[in-house]
This record gives sequence, C-alpha cells and structure tokens, in this order.
Amino acid sequence: MAATQATPVKYDMEVVRWFTIAAAIYAVVGTLIGVYVASELAWPFLNFDLEWITFGRLRPLHTNAVIFAFGGCALMATGFYIVQRTGSTALWSNKLAWATFIGWNLIIVSAVVTLPLGWTSGKEYAELEWPIDIAIAVVWLMYGFNYIMTIGIRRTSHIYVSNWFTMGMIVMITYLHVVNSMAIPVSMTNSFSIYSGVQDAMIQWWWGHNAVGFYLTGGFLAIMYYFVPKQAGKPVFSYRLSVLHFWALSFGYVWLGAHHLQYTALPDWTGSLGAAVSLAMIIPSWGGAMNGMMTLSGAWDKLRTDYILRFLVVALAFYAMSTFEGPVMSIKTVNALSHYTDWTVGHVHSGALGWMAMVAYGAMYHMVKKLWGVEKMYSEGLVNVHFWLATIGTVVYVVAMWVSGIMQGLMWRDYDEYGTLTYTFVESVSAMHPYYAMRAIGGLIFNIGTWIALYNIVMTVRTASAARSANGVPANA
Amino acid sequence: MSDHDTLYSTKFQDKIERSTLLMFVMTAIAVAIGGIVEIVPLFYLPNTAMCQNDPTCNNTQHKDANGNVIPMDKIIWNPATSAHKTLNDWQPGDGVRPYKALETAGRNVFIREGCFLCHSQMIRPFRDEKDRYGHYSIAEESMYDHTYQWGSKRTGPDLARLGGKYSDEWHRRHLKYPREVVPESVMPNYFWLENKPVNVEETVQTLKVMTIMPFNPVPKTIYTDEYIAGAAAELEGKTDMDALITYLQGLGNHVKFEEGVNYRD
Repeated sequence: MAATQATPVKYDMEVVRWFTIAAAIYAVVGTLIGVYVASELAWPFLNFDLEWITFGRLRPLHTNAVIFAFGGCALMATGFYIVQRTGSTALWSNKLAWATFIGWNLIIVSAVVTLPLGWTSGKEYAELEWPIDIAIAVVWLMYGFNYIMTIGIRRTSHIYVSNWFTMGMIVMITYLHVVNSMAIPVSMTNSFSIYSGVQDAMIQWWWGHNAVGFYLTGGFLAIMYYFVPKQAGKPVFSYRLSVLHFWALSFGYVWLGAHHLQYTALPDWTGSLGAAVSLAMIIPSWGGAMNGMMTLSGAWDKLRTDYILRFLVVALAFYAMSTFEGPVMSIKTVNALSHYTDWTVGHVHSGALGWMAMVAYGAMYHMVKKLWGVEKMYSEGLVNVHFWLATIGTVVYVVAMWVSGIMQGLMWRDYDEYGTLTYTFVESVSAMHPYYAMRAIGGLIFNIGTWIALYNIVMTVRTASAARSANGVPANA
Repeated sequence: MSDHDTLYSTKFQDKIERSTLLMFVMTAIAVAIGGIVEIVPLFYLPNTAMCQNDPTCNNTQHKDANGNVIPMDKIIWNPATSAHKTLNDWQPGDGVRPYKALETAGRNVFIREGCFLCHSQMIRPFRDEKDRYGHYSIAEESMYDHTYQWGSKRTGPDLARLGGKYSDEWHRRHLKYPREVVPESVMPNYFWLENKPVNVEETVQTLKVMTIMPFNPVPKTIYTDEYIAGAAAELEGKTDMDALITYLQGLGNHVKFEEGVNYRD
C-alpha cells in the first residue's frame, strides 16, 4: 500500500470527527436508557405510571440507541476513516458523507421522539415506523454508495480486508432492511407487515440475527482488522485466515436466524438447518478471533502499557466467547432451556458490551489521537479506568443473566414428585429480582465508563484545539 | 517483482480483491443464498399456513391417530362450510379466524405498548408448557397475524392461550394495577388505558388493510363490506382498555385440538 503513496493525500476527516464524537455521546445515552429499563424490571415503580417511559416503550429506544445510534455512528466513523486510509484517497464525496451524518442523526432524533409515543411496527430491532424506515433506506444507500465508490477510486491495488467486511455489511443490511420492513401503512404512524405468522417470524429473525451478524459483527470486524494491527504495530497474523473468515462468515451467517425459532410453529427443518450452520460457524469465528489475537505475537508486552490495545484484545476474547456460546444455544436441547429466558439477553450483551462496544472504544481512542493530532489522550489513566469499568460491568451483567436465565429455564420445567409443576410462573419472576438488580448494577458500571470516555475524549479535543490556536493554527485544521 | 504482484491466495481471490465491482457482486451473491434457501420454501411448502385463499393451504395434512386427514376447514374457519357464517356468529372451536373489530383495536394497543417484548404467544411442544399454557401453538393460529406476535422473551408468561382463563374483571384489575392482583409482578401499571378512547379511524383502516395483504389476506367473505361498515359503530365509546381485554380474551381458543393428532407435520 505504501508504494503508491507518493503524493500526500488530503483526507476528508472532519465528518469522521463528528461521527466519533456522536458515537461517544450516544454510547452514554444508549447505555443509560439500558440501565433505566433494566432497573424498571427490578423495581417496577420506576415506570412512574407515565406511558412514555414504560418498559414496553423504552426498551426499543434502548436497543435502537445502542445499535443504530452508538453502533451506527461508530461504524460510520471508523468506516470512513478506514476506507480513506487503506485506499490512500479522500472520500468519493465529502458532501454525501455530511448528508449521511445529518440524515443518520435526524433518524436517531426521530426514534427518540416516536418510540416513547408508541409508534412502533412491533418488529423487534426494527421498531421504527414506515416513514422512518424509508429515511433509513435512503441514508443507508447514501452511506453505502459513497463507501463503495471510495473503494472504487482507491489508489492501492488490492481492497483491504476491512473493506470487504464493510461492503458485506452494506449489501446485507440493504437486503434485510428492505425485505423485513415491507409493510402496508394504516396511518402516518402505524403499519402492518405484509407477511404473517411463520413467514413473518422467519423474515424477522433473518433480519434480527443478521443485523447482529453483518452490522454488529461484520462491521466491527472491519474495525478489528484495521485497528488491531495499527495499534499493535504488527501486520494481520494471517492473510489467508482473513480470506477464510470473510467468505465463511458472509456465506454462513445468513443461515442462522432460524435458530431463534426452535420448537415454534416454524417447520422443523428450518430451525435444524439454522442450528447446523450455527455450529459450523464456530470455525470461521474462532479463526477470525485467533487471527486478531495472534496479530499481537511478539507485541504482547504492549498490553502492560497500552490501554487501547487492552480494549481491543478483551473485545476479541468476548468475541470468541460469544461466538462459542451462540452456537451452543442454537442446539435444540440447549435452546429448549435457554429460549425465552434471560440467558439470551446475557448472550446478546456479552457480544454487544464485551465485543462491539469494547472494540469500538479501542478504535475511537486510536482515532481521536490521530484525528486531533495528539500523542496521548487527555488522560491515559482514565482510559485504563474506563477499560476496567467496561470489563467488570460486562462480566457482572453477563453472569447475572446466565444465572437468572438458567434458573428461569429450570424452574419452568421442574416437576415435583406428584407429577405437577413445582413452581408457578410468578415464583420464577420473584426469583429473578436479585439478578435483575445485579444486572442493573453491571450496566451502571459500564455506563459510568462511557461517561469517563466522553469526558476524556472531549478534554483531549479541547486540549488539542487550544494548543493549535495557541500556535496560530485554526482548530480542526 | 514488487509485493503487489505476489499472489498470496488463489488467482480468483486475487482478482476479486483487485476489483471493486467483482468484490461487490461476489459478496452480494454470497450473502443472499442462506436467506433464499430458508425463506422462499416457507411460501409454498405445506405446514407453513400459507393459504392465500387455497383451502388446502399448500396440501397441509394434519392426520389423526388412525391416519385420517383432518379437513383444513376444521383448523381454519371457513364461513362457506361452517355452521356459523359470520364473524359475529363464530364460536370457539370453529377454527382460526381473523380478529373482530374491537379485538383489532386491542391488538393495536398490544403492539403499541410493546407487550410482545415480555410476553410470547408461541407455546412449544413440551410437557411443562402444555401443563402451564395448553396445547402447543400451530402455524395456522398466527396466519392472520400480520406483524407476528410470537415474541422472544418470557419476562411474563406466554399469552397464546390466555383467552377465557380469567374473567374480564380480573384482566381489568390486573392491567390497571398488576401488583394489586399479583404482588410479585414487575409489569407496569396500565390504568391510563381506561382514559383513552379507541382510535376508530385507525382500527377501521387496519381491517381494510388486512384484506389487501399480498400474503394471507383476510378473505372478503369474512371482512365483508358490511362488516367493515359496521365496525365503527362497534368501536364507539370503547376504551383502549376494553379493546385490549377483548383481544386477550380471544387468544388461543380458535381451534378445537384433538388428542393424538400431530398438528405440526
């Protein structure tokens, strides 16, 4: 890549800066709402008899805020950063990137307004109503088109592996969003899926699992493949493994959605097929995790001093853990116990907090230093504090959900010696209370970390800007 | 030879990596296959409740213990063959039917409040679920559920066969202040649903839209012009609370299940 970089390239990084700051803010907001809805389940008085903040209306706001606001801004920041750097080129269109930034944020604002009002399509992880769905499609295509065109005008011979993953995400999310959001409106604020029952369920989980597979995994693997080698100062451990990782993941992940519907009215073959491919996915997932980990070969000592690297490595550990746990949960006998319980919630969060948020923060810290041209963060010590809060918070959260999930599953199926159910349903609800409290505390610990990160990033930016204006250079030049 | 000419993988992979268009096309193909294989057959195989005005529902055959096929109009209500000809005459056990006007309003409340985030409507074929909730759910039971409500989490119990389990008065008290009835409950209070009149216009529009769905629309022989014209009068003066209770009381009693029949194969 370096060979072609004869003339210095002027990158379009201002939009990346804004996406980065937005991601840091949305992480705080999204996890804060998460802590609140978790607390509502532990202490229901927190619903305060206000319809707009009941669990049922606020929970979609939490998922949308963390996935699409935090996750989306982190993906677009890192994506626009990586595609320019690896292609030695500025963006195909800086204006389109700005339009994407504004459009995406308007969508986020509209979610904040409409979800508490109860304007929902009733599809998990795709709750936003049809006018917003159309806006999402437009903005997503703006992002995707700009991204792919920027790959097209690269000045390097090969397309870098991160960009494969991002391209996979762009294509797949387009398929998913368009097919899953097909609905007939009854008003500006309400619509119904054109599919029903079995077909709607399968399409919904085809969306649901691949939003995880291509957006929260593929998109964040693009981050991993760029920022781990950069931060470690080493090339990716194995190019061939990354080829295998990409194609196996792209082809295989798509099949997994059916494992969310084991033992439902979905035909048996579909769920079994989903589970079989799920098990096979351990191979590329662990291959990819190893590929990231082994990139640190010969640089492991850096973990003692480089806090950003810690984020990236622990993220990979959680990635490996979640991609083992997921296939196990897809096996029918395990799923019979785990489905409908908190175990699923714990699994999602070991991925979302442990893998996705950690790798995103590793990348964000790395980028902030490069984007504002500073050697160090405002406080490297606070990066370490954030690292430990994030790790401990995630572990507390996940352990609470493992215990409560397995306990729920076992209580529901337990029989006494007379052959009658041992527990009423509500006994399982009250048994969950301590774990719901523990989960809220785990989430709160994680949330405190995001505040520290935001403070640290803002102070870094301010210090950098002050230093530049002192030298007579305008801020953000 | 510069590093750029070295081949590190296969020739084809190398070619893909050098071409934006080829990478795009190959990726677009790779990510499409799984979804096509798993989703498309659900639109034409039996046992997926894809009926589309086809009384055999793609030759779905539920057989009793002696191997006799149970006619589909025992599973799915067909006004042409049933003793009960209109939606208002329909009786539990007549077979799966679409929602009545007030139930439709209630279902819209159910979706609006995100009830499906804590309550599933999908009973699995396990002994404990049969004892706790009733007969396992079958595909036909949600064939009119545009935007399915199977759910994915049971913070509260499954609701697929809730209909008739409790009195209307129990539901009213429970929905208003759940902890007055079930002290350990973590459900929010929904007393404010009593202050909200049903959205008549949107409900009537919902009924109309259900008849024009491209997949499993409600037959016009059930949502007749007459029925839709009379819907507004039925909804007049009702609250969201009334509608929600009516919806909940209609869940899960449509099909008369018989012992020894495998309803899923």
